[in-house]
Order: sequence, then C-alpha cells, then structure tokens
Amino acid sequence: MLRYLLKRLLFMIPMLFGITLISFALIHLTPGEPDIIGAEMNPKVTKQVREQIRALYGLDKPLHVQYYLWLKRFVKLDFGKSFAQDRRPVISKIAERLPITITIELLSMALIFIVGIPIGVYCAQHKDTIMDKVLTSFVFAGFAVPHFWLALLLMLFFGVHLELLPISGIKSFNFSDLSLLQKTLDMTKHLILPIGISALGGLAGISRYMKNSLLEVLRQEYITTAYAKGLPEKVVLRKHALRNALLPVITILGLSVPGLIGGSVIFETIFAIPGMGQLFFASVMSRDYPTIMGILVMGGVLTLLGNLLADIMYGLADPRIRVG
Amino acid sequence: MVVALLLVACARTKDAALYNDPGKPAYGDTIITGSIGEPSNLIPLLSTDKPSHDVAANIYNGLLKYDKDLNIVGDLAESWEISKDSLSLIFHLRKGVKWHDGRPFTAHDVMYTYKVTVDPKTPTAYAGDFLLVKEAKVIDDYTFKVTYGKPFAPAIASWTSAMILPRHLLEGRDITTSPLLRNPVGTGPYIFKEWVTGDRVILRVNPDYFEGKPYIEQYVMRVIPDSGTMFLELKNYGIDMIDQLAPLQAVRQTEYPAFRREFNKFKYLAFQYVYLGYNLKHPFFRDKRVRQAISYTIDKKEIIDGILLGQGVEATGPFKPDMWAYNGNVKKYGYDREKAISLLSEAGFTKGTDGILSKDGKPFEFTILLNQGNDVRIRCAELIQRRLSEIGIRVKIRVIEWASFVNQFVDKRNFEAVILGWTIPPDPDLFDIWHSSKQGPKELNFISFENKEVDDFLVKARHTLNQEERKRYIYRIQEILAEEQPYTFLYVPYANVAIHKRFKGIVPAPAGLGHDFIKWYVPESQRRYKTNAALSP
Repeated sequence: MLRYLLKRLLFMIPMLFGITLISFALIHLTPGEPDIIGAEMNPKVTKQVREQIRALYGLDKPLHVQYYLWLKRFVKLDFGKSFAQDRRPVISKIAERLPITITIELLSMALIFIVGIPIGVYCAQHKDTIMDKVLTSFVFAGFAVPHFWLALLLMLFFGVHLELLPISGIKSFNFSDLSLLQKTLDMTKHLILPIGISALGGLAGISRYMKNSLLEVLRQEYITTAYAKGLPEKVVLRKHALRNALLPVITILGLSVPGLIGGSVIFETIFAIPGMGQLFFASVMSRDYPTIMGILVMGGVLTLLGNLLADIMYGLADPRIRVG
Repeated sequence: MVVALLLVACARTKDAALYNDPGKPAYGDTIITGSIGEPSNLIPLLSTDKPSHDVAANIYNGLLKYDKDLNIVGDLAESWEISKDSLSLIFHLRKGVKWHDGRPFTAHDVMYTYKVTVDPKTPTAYAGDFLLVKEAKVIDDYTFKVTYGKPFAPAIASWTSAMILPRHLLEGRDITTSPLLRNPVGTGPYIFKEWVTGDRVILRVNPDYFEGKPYIEQYVMRVIPDSGTMFLELKNYGIDMIDQLAPLQAVRQTEYPAFRREFNKFKYLAFQYVYLGYNLKHPFFRDKRVRQAISYTIDKKEIIDGILLGQGVEATGPFKPDMWAYNGNVKKYGYDREKAISLLSEAGFTKGTDGILSKDGKPFEFTILLNQGNDVRIRCAELIQRRLSEIGIRVKIRVIEWASFVNQFVDKRNFEAVILGWTIPPDPDLFDIWHSSKQGPKELNFISFENKEVDDFLVKARHTLNQEERKRYIYRIQEILAEEQPYTFLYVPYANVAIHKRFKGIVPAPAGLGHDFIKWYVPESQRRYKTNAALSP
C-alpha cells in the first residue's frame, strides 16, 4: 500500500508540470494583456510609460522565457505578485479568501450528502411510490431553478420582508462589538441562505446516483440470498447493500475536492462573499497571470489528490479493488 | 410574526416622518456607501479604479481642487500664481496642515509626490502630464514652484488630481510594497481606520481637518458586487447610499411612497458621453455625407426615452452641457430620414431590389462592435440597427469581452464601427483623442480622424493659459466635429443617486454630490449609528 501510494505521489509531479504548462499556454493565448496600471483607453498614459511598465513586469520577454521565470519561482513555492493594482503577493490574496470558500463549500457539501443520500436511499426503497416522485421532483426542481433568481427572491423574502436574515456579506456592521456567541450566531445567519441555496443544486446529482446504484445492488443475487436467510430489511440494506452502493458516490466525493477551493462566482457576487470564485473571475478578466496560475496550480494539485483519495477510499469500501 | 411585522412597520413610519425635519447640524452618525468593486489600494497614484479613488478622496488632498461649479480653487495650496511668461506655476501652501500621524505638511511632501510620480520605476497611469515639468523647486517650506517648457493649459488641472503623499513615510522606500497601500496616511477629512478585505473599508473623522471637522463621524464603504443585492441592501438599511442607480431603478423601482419617505434621490449629469465611432479608413465611412446620414437616421430621443428611460440628454459633442467648455451652438442632427436618404444618394448609394443600399456593387453593411457587460449600450446598438435597416443599411452587432475588444479589435483598427463611452474630464483637453498624431498603436485616435484645422486648434488650446482664448479654440473644434461627425455623439447619461433622508445639506451641482461631503450632517434626533470613533485613538 505504501509503495503504491509513493508511486502515485511521484507520478503526480510530471502531471503537475504538464498542468502548469498547459495552463500557462492557455491563459497567454487568450487575447489581451494585463492592464497593470489602468492604461487601457486612458488618455493620460503615454506610450513611453506603457513600454516602461511592460518591461518592469517582464511582459516584453518571449513567452518561453516568461514561463521559465515563472517555473523557477514556482519550484521555490513563490507564486509572485499579483498584476492587479493591489500588487499583493498571490499567496496572501489566496490565503485570505480560502477559509470562507472552504467553509461554505464544506458545509454545503456536508448538507448535500446528509440530505441527498437519505433521499436516494428512501427513493430506492420506495421506488415508484408517490413520495418517491415528490422527492425526485423536488431535487430536480432544485437543480433546474436559476439559483441567482432564487437567491434574490429569498433575500427579498427573508431579508426585506421578514427581516429575519441579513441580505449579504458574512459579518454584520457591528461584528467586532459582539460576544463570541453572538458572533457565531451572526455568521450562521449570514451563511444560511448561501449554503442552503448552493446545496439545493447539488441534491439532485447525489440522490440520483445513490438511488440508481442502490437499485442496481438490490437486484443482485446476494441480496436475494440475504433476504432468503431471513435477515431483517434494515440489516440487508445497511450491511450488505449500502456499502456496495456507495462506491459511485465516493467517486463524486473525490472529484469534488478541487471544487472546495473553486467557489462560485455567481453566489459570491450575489451574496457579496469575498471568496475564491470572485478572485478567480476578476483575475481572469484582468489577465492577472500570476494569480490565475496560482489558483490553477492549487486546483491542479487538489484534483490529483482528490483522485488519489477516491482510489484509496474505493479500497476501503471494496476490498477487491485494494492494491497490494 | 404578524404582530412583530406590524410593529416594525409602525416604527419605520414614525421614523420616516421625522426625517422631513431638517434639524440642526450635529456631529455624529455613520454613512455606509455601497460599491460594486473593492478598492485595489489606497495610494491614489497607483490605482485607477473608481472605488479606490472614492475612498482616497476622503483621505488625501491635492494642491488644487474643483469647486461645485468645476472652477479650480485651492486645496492644500492656499493660492497659486502663474508667472509672467506663463511657464511657471507657484503654489503658496496652507500653513499648519498636519498629516494624520501628526507630522506637519510642507512643500517637501509636494516635491516627493512629484518625484515619485515621474520615477520610471513607479507603475502609475498619471506620469504623463508631470513628465512635461522641466523643473520643480521647493522655494521654502510653504512655497513650491514648477516650470514647464511651454505654457501648458492642462498643467493646472493636473495638480487637482495629484494627491499629495507623505514624504516622511515613503521616501527611500519602494512605494509598491509600502504599508500605506492598505493603511494610508493623508491630510484629508477622514482618517483610515480599518479594511476588511473583500468586505468593507472604514474611515473615521479627522477632528483637526483644515477646513473644519466634518459632521459625519464615520465613513464606510461596503463591497457588494451585485447591483440587485445592493439595491436590496439599501431598502433594508444595510447601506445608506447608492451612487449609480440603473435607469430602471431610478425611474420605476424607487418610485413608491415607502421609498420616497425614507430616501432622497438626486441626479446630475455624469462625466461621460456615449458615441458611435466610425473607422474612417473604411471606404464608406471616409465620406462625411455617409456619417451625417447615419447621424440623421439615429433617433437619439428614442434612445434616451426608450433605453435610458429619460435619464440622459442628447450629446452634441465631447462635453456635457453644464461645463464652461461646452458649445451648444453647433450643427445638430435630429431624426430626419429624408435628409439621410438624399445625403446617401448624393454620396452615390443606390437601393437594390432587396432594399439594401449599395455603391459600386458593394452592399452597405457593417458591424457595430461593443464590449460585454453594458446592457444599455447593447440595446442602443439594437435601436440603431433597426433605424438603419429602415433606410437600407444592414447592421450586425457583435459583443466582445473587454480585453479582447480593446486588444484584438480597437488597437488593431480591426473594426467598422464601435459604441463606446469616454469619461469627460473637467479639464477640456481633447488632444489625445482627436489630434492626427495620436493614431499610433494603443493611442486613442483609433478612428483615424485627421483634420488640419482641428489639429491646429488642439495645439493652440493646450498651450494658452488664457481661458477665454482657450474657450474660443475649443468652441471652434466642437463646430468642426459636429459638422464632420467622426462620431455620432449619442448621449450624456444622468448619474442617479439615492441617499437616506437623514443626511441633510446635500447640494447637487455640475461637479456631482461629493464636493461638500464634509458639510453633510444628520440631526441628533435622526441619528442611526452611535459611534465612539471620536474616542478611539
């Protein structure tokens, strides 16, 4: 197992290298260039100033030289400084936005699994009943409804009409004057809508996977055997069926790991949450190469780790897949 | 629940009645503004985005500033004089002004600001005007003199936008990594207090401000990236002010009694005009009559009434009507289809069997390029498309993301027509956009406009310091532009602002609303936030 792990980890290095190369090429292929000082369509910026700035930031060098310079810094884990006008180190820009994004994504993922798996199991058990149809319709409605629209409606209802929940942001105006308990309550209130709505969209996927995979397993002969030897339904379901049925769900879990740092531009914009989605969107729009590369590399590493994690968890769930 | 709601509703109505009382000026309360974007940094020399400058305007001062009618008056400079040969400006600085950290402000700070602005290692968009300074000199602690190679009219205005930086905190250090980027020290009416990244910036009042202590104790800018959310926050007291209501918000969504009871709306002409620009290298657009015909075909009134919902005025040239440089007496192009058709047939266009105009076998069709994210302009393009199709010109519309739009199309002159907007600077220097020498790569005369007379007057206008003389040149330039129609000037939009009613003393003017922000106040009985800003260090 340890050797397998080591091999997998080592193999990740060339993969990561490939990811950086492709990412770097792609973002430089997009038309346009970073506008470091706000010179675009600005009458006050002379040609001379424009050239100086390009040279100052190394944008006048050939692409492969730029990549080499980036790589040289990257192996020292230095992601450089942002081309945005704040000129802050990429690392600290990411670091201050990561916690809130991870918190929201983890909570909403937890909510999806806690609610979605039971729905799937229930629907498989009570296939084709009215309740099955109601639940299926609900999760698909949640999947299909435009979330920005739902978000605005709920903000209007809970925020403006009922005045129960805050509309946007993650902290109240007087946050620093609150006690610890009040602070927790305050943040919870701010997070209910964003997490609730983002989880709503994920329910359909998980519950469907769960339902279909459980139905598949329930058709197997060993389940019939289990019933035949007189095991109560609960035990058949939990001990025999569920474990096997969880495999595809684990794949999804593994694949969602990189999503943890992705965040969502739409949610973060509507709810004014300073997270990774907004940062990534803004840096792509302004061609902030160092920040884009920083985020892509992190996403790449997490994708590779997530895949590895899924493989390991397969092994735990299904001994047949274990590798010696 | 219902009872609670009713109680809240009652409480609000009572409050609302109270807000009609103008009350007496009092110190206190907080104003919370909303901003779509987050400030990038708080050294104004290094930023070009609006949120940064909105915050920085409260923290720093320039040597000069614009008053409410857009006249240049002293700020950190008590007075200034122009030397007899029109080459030098001598600034007499205010005495007794202190930086927020208590150190005195002197001419050496001005000198430092000048030097760091022109330093090639400083990544700034503002070096241009200051590179023309031939010599800068500190005469004594409170006198500063700059000398130019030629008399240069925009020079005076350039000293309104240069925010003076504290030398004692910056000199000899790399300005791009200075702690002042996120923790600024200025001379202005508000002192930096806190910046919560991605969320808000908080300023507290400067009790020793040289023009007197502002009434409002605290200024908060909240970052709310979605305009729909921002509007909900306004209704829900999350913010007190929105300074860019969309036309629909301004005209419909804020027009109900409960909103009017609690908010005041103000409007003034924004410093911006929107235009349809033609690539003058295009064989059809080279002909003045074609451009005039299109201008006659576009119904500006329809655009303003239908798309801006009345929140704008027709543009006739590159200025807004409430500026001294504006010449309203130029050729105007009202909607006149007959005239357009006769101009086009004069120019050699004939209508084919398919109803499309053509000349020398080439059909008259072209593409209007626009940048993404500006719905108002996209809808303008659609109206223009329809109007032009009525006289037999086929128009396509293409919307492109901003960076590609600029780099791939505008910079490479790879377009037929564009809809774009220019910011109107309060100083009326048109050189960079209209002079024929400004057609190089990345330069802004991207439509390739060439007119000897305009070139001549542009140069003369920027090298005289006599405002009457300058005005004569600029007036003439506007007449030529109106005749030539290198752009079809479309409209100047109104800026619509909603502010909570408890804030009093707000006077809209050509300069906007913020010009006397330090005089805004909330009467004691209407105060919403109790702050202890005055007590904290």
